[in-house]
Parts: sequence; structure tokens; C-alpha cells
Amino acid sequence: MILQALTFYLLAAVTLASGVMVISARNPVHSVLFLILAFFNSAGLFVLMGAEFLAMIMVIVYVGAVAVLFLFVVMMLDINFAELRQGFLQYLPVGGLVGLIMLVELLLILGGWAIQPQAAAVAAAPTPAVANVSNTEALGALLYTRYIYLFQAAGIVLLIAMIGAIVLTLRTREGVRKQSISQQVSRRREDAVEVKEVTSGSGI
Amino acid sequence: MMSVHVVPDLMPALPELILAGMAMLLLMFGVFRGNDSTRTVSWLAVGTIAVAGFFVIVGPSDGVETFSQMFIVDQFAVFMKVLVLIGSGLAIVMSFGYIRTEGMERFEFPVLMMLATLGMLMMISSNDLMALYLGLELQSLALYVVAAFKRESLRSTEAGLKYFVLGALSSGMLLYGCSLIYGMTGATSFSALTAALSSDGDVPIGLVIGLVFLISGLAFKVSAVPFHMWTPDVYEGAPTPITAFFAVAPKVAAIALFLRVMMSPFGGLFAEWQQVIIVISIASMVLGAFAAIWQDNIKRLMAYSSIGHMGYALVGLASGTAEGMRGTIIYMTIYLVMNIGTFAVILNMKRAGNMVENINDLAGLARSKPLMALAMGIFMFSLAGIPPLAGFFAKFYVFLAAVNAELYALAVIGVLASVVGAFYYLRIIKIMYFDAPADGLDSAIVPEMRIILSVAAVFTLFFFVYPAPFLAGAQAAAQALIP
Repeated sequence: MILQALTFYLLAAVTLASGVMVISARNPVHSVLFLILAFFNSAGLFVLMGAEFLAMIMVIVYVGAVAVLFLFVVMMLDINFAELRQGFLQYLPVGGLVGLIMLVELLLILGGWAIQPQAAAVAAAPTPAVANVSNTEALGALLYTRYIYLFQAAGIVLLIAMIGAIVLTLRTREGVRKQSISQQVSRRREDAVEVKEVTSGSGI
Repeated sequence: MMSVHVVPDLMPALPELILAGMAMLLLMFGVFRGNDSTRTVSWLAVGTIAVAGFFVIVGPSDGVETFSQMFIVDQFAVFMKVLVLIGSGLAIVMSFGYIRTEGMERFEFPVLMMLATLGMLMMISSNDLMALYLGLELQSLALYVVAAFKRESLRSTEAGLKYFVLGALSSGMLLYGCSLIYGMTGATSFSALTAALSSDGDVPIGLVIGLVFLISGLAFKVSAVPFHMWTPDVYEGAPTPITAFFAVAPKVAAIALFLRVMMSPFGGLFAEWQQVIIVISIASMVLGAFAAIWQDNIKRLMAYSSIGHMGYALVGLASGTAEGMRGTIIYMTIYLVMNIGTFAVILNMKRAGNMVENINDLAGLARSKPLMALAMGIFMFSLAGIPPLAGFFAKFYVFLAAVNAELYALAVIGVLASVVGAFYYLRIIKIMYFDAPADGLDSAIVPEMRIILSVAAVFTLFFFVYPAPFLAGAQAAAQALIP
């Protein structure tokens, strides 16, 4: 048990520290690398909780796709992050005020916290007993049966996102030199090379 | 062992399945045939929408639930879905000429409109907070893209971007509200929420805060004050047929969602949300009436007009009775017809082949095109709510419900706001009939546009002769909402 607690505090501390580093690092590439570290550690936290599927998804999706995409963006776009951060002090009072209001709201909610007595039972109902199935299996079974409607709807949302991205950005430009493989392959020696007799002592 | 699940009953969702399937088929068809096929794809999209409408009408309508209670089809859903499908279909038909002349003839356009329509149908039928959110996102995402569809136009791109950023913000608020509600009750399904909230006892404050966030998100989608800021810019910037689409179908769907969410799961919290709706409604009516006075751009004017009309529609919801629901449903029906007609006129405001949008471009329309001016006059009088046109009855039914629910202040403010609002509608009539003619507008008007215009005008003019079928339909729809 003590080992588990120690692991938890280690992972949590590293996650928090790298979270702070993400926003305070001077070099944006370092920020992204710290973000990846934070993702790995939160994946570790998920494993501790017995949610191994979420842990894997965290690594595959967030580290494998999202963070790498961020890295590309940071490296390819020439953004001066120091300049972006300049207004920080100027906006601090307003931001602080908004944060304070949100805090008060949250305290109000927590102060009046009264969960419906049946809430826990209602929320737990659809999941099968943990002992019987691995959580990957349980998630899959729920996703494809009970939540099939939402699953398909989310699929269509992604389809729209794809159509939208293509419609708004793809343009066929004139005068671009493209490689035409069939043309290259069908080209024969006679079309490309001309053999000339060069008599000695004179140029071509 | 996992329990064996049966395949969910697909019949209630048949119209949605048809729309989704056909949208993907048409997308493939367009990919292989290129942009020359836009017209074919558009007509096929309109045909699909008509077929979906047919299946909505003949399909089940007795409150059947499917997909583990996430999807519901009742009289209310059927009525609103038919309205949305009419709005979407007509918007696609009205866009034919525009997308050709303005160089946005791409086959993705009708496909995106179909997918947006699919999202609206899913919103109307949603019976679960998650289904609500996904339907809403499906609809919004497609709308963001079509708003920015004319990508070489700076204004259209700006409209799309602005709509997207503010829409994402409102979705965030809506989700935050949903998460609070789920946290407090442990349920996302509307039927479970109804059961959890109908028991007496203290309402947790977190639940009320969640509900207010949910209302904010929904108010953004219907563009009610104070969440209206995006409307004028998006309406002005988006290509005109898309503005016409925005003004009708998504509004009907969002109001339908609003009514269902407020009455069905949260009907037990009526006392908590009634005052919020009253404030939103009054603010929308007043702002819609006053802000439109200074507008010169007709699309901007229609945006403020639409904000005002949403305020009137919410009056019915604020009364919280079956009569109020009926009023709102009738209001949206008449609103749809009047707006389709008005935008059909706006889409024909062309000079030398270019679209013009200034109100003063309508000057002298009565002499150059008397019939179009007459139709526009009918729509303007109706939007202003002058008897015996349809718009008067729309307002009459919601105010009647408000008075019967003893919301006298709300009704009085509503009537006063509509008097102020009448100013700018009448100003357009004055410009058309009495101002010195500007350079004449182009007179080419395509047959489909002429048919839409005449049908809308006749409906608006003669609604009072035989309103019974609409009243009966709206009554049945309203009864389905009240448990």
C-alpha cells in the first residue's frame, strides 16, 4: 500500500511541476516537451486507478498525435511567444477577478452540495461489475450497445470536421509543377536523349 | 458474462438514418463527379430532405423512445422536424442561383446543409443531455463551415471565425452546466432527470447554477439577449442564402430544444427558471426593437429582427403552460414562412448582376417590380405584427398565453416593443413605395424563387382564413411536451 501511495505522490508531483513548466518555460519547444511529460505521468496515474485503457489512450492519442502536432506547429510557425506573454501583468487584475468570482461560485456550489440520494446508484447502473471484465472490454461493450447512438453521432461530427477542413483550405492552384508518375514512366529514351555526332575540333 | 443486447429499434430514427446515409452517398458522388455535379447533388439533397420529411410524417409519433432512451419521437418532435426540413429544403433551393453567380459552386455545400439538418433533427429528438450536446455540435460545426464557405470573401471568413469562437464558448458553458446537472443528479437521461427532480424537497444550488449555464448555452443558439452579439456580424458576413438558412432552420431547432429541455426534464424546476426566461425574453424584445432602427444593411436589420422575434417566441415558454407552448410553436411556424419570404426578396436584390444589401437599394421597387414590392410589403407588415396578417396571430397567441399565466408586465412590454419594432418594418415599406426610385434592380427572377415567394406571401396573407390545421397540430405538439 505504501508503495502505491509513494508512486501516486511521485507521479502527481511530476505532473503538477511539468504543468507549471509548460506555461513558464521560455522556449516553446521545451513547453511542449514538458506537456508530453505531464501526459505520461497522468497516464501513470490512470494505471494506478486501474483504468489501463484510458492510460493507453492517453499515451497514444495525446502524446502520439496531439503533442507531436503541437511540436510541429511550434517549430513551423514563427511565433514570438515572449511577445504574446507581454500583456500578462496588465491583464492580471481582470483575470484575477474572474478567477475569484469562479472560486466563489464553486464554493457556493460545494457549500450547498446535496447529491440526490439515488445519484450514485443511477450513475453506476450501466457498467458491469469490475471483477468480471477488463475495463477495455467493459468500455467497448457499452460504447457499441448502450451508447451506439452517441458513438455514431460523434463519428458524423468528425466527418463534418474533416469535410470542413478540406472545403475551407484545399484550393487547386494554377501553375504548380506536380510530379506525374505515369508521364515519367511512359517517357522513352528517344524522347529525352538525342545523340549528336560531334566532329573533333568543333563545338556542337 | 456480458448481457446480450438486442439491436435498438431503428424505425423511429429512420428520417435521420436516411439523411445521414444519403449525405455520405452524395459526398462520394460529388467527389467522383467534381464540382460540375453541384446542381445534381443539390436537387438530390432537396429530394432526400423531402423523403425524410415524408418518413417523419408517416413514422411513429406517440412518444416512442429508442437507443436506450436517448432518442424520442413524439408529436412535438414530428411538428418541429417538419418545420426544420421545410426551412432547410427551401434554403437549399434558394441558394441555387447564388452559389453559381458568386463562384461558390462546390458539391460540399448541399452535403453540409444536409448534415446540419441531420444535427437539427437529432436536437429535436434528443432525450438525453449527451444526445442534446452531440446534436447541437453536429449542427453547429456544419453551420460554422457554411458561414465561411465563400472563402475569398473577407467578411464571410470573419463571420465563420467569429461564429466558431463564440459558438465554442457557448458550447463550453452548456457542457459545464450539463456536468453540474449530472454531478447533482447522477443522470443524463431526460426521463431519469424528470424522475429525480419531481420529488419535493430542496433543490441543490449547484443544480440551479448548472441549469442557468445550460440556459445560457441554449440562449446563445437561439441568439437571445445577452448572448446575441454574434448574430448581426454573422448574418451580415455570411453569404445571403446561408443567412436565410441561419434565420430559419437552426432557430426552429434551437427553440424546439429549448422547449423540450425546459418543460420535460426541468419542468419541476419551473419556479427556478421562469424568471431567467422572462428576463431574456424582455431583453431580446427590447433590443431587437431598438437596435434595428439604425441599421442600413438589410441583412443586419433581419438579424436584429430575428433577435426580437426570439424574444417573442420565448414569451410562450415563460408562461410555462400548454397554451404558451402552443403559442411558441405557432410563432416559429409563422416566423419560418415570413423569413423565407423576406430572404427570397433579399436574394433577388441584384443590380447589374451584383448583390446589393442596402435598404435604400429598395427605393422605388413598387414601380419597377410591383409584385415583388407587394410581397415584401406583406412580409414587413406581418413581421411588424399588423392584423390580419399571420404575424399578428403569432404574437396574439403568445401574448394571450402570457396574460392567462398572469405575466401582465411581460405582455405589456412585448406589445410596446412590437410597436417600436414596427417603425423599421414600415420604413422599408415607405422606401419601397414612396422614395424616389434608385437605379432599377435586375428583373431576372428564377421560377423556383417566384414559387417560394408567392406561396409564402399567400400563406402570410391568408393565414387567418383557415388557421385550424396549424392550431390543431401545434396543440397536439404542445400536449406532448406537458406530462
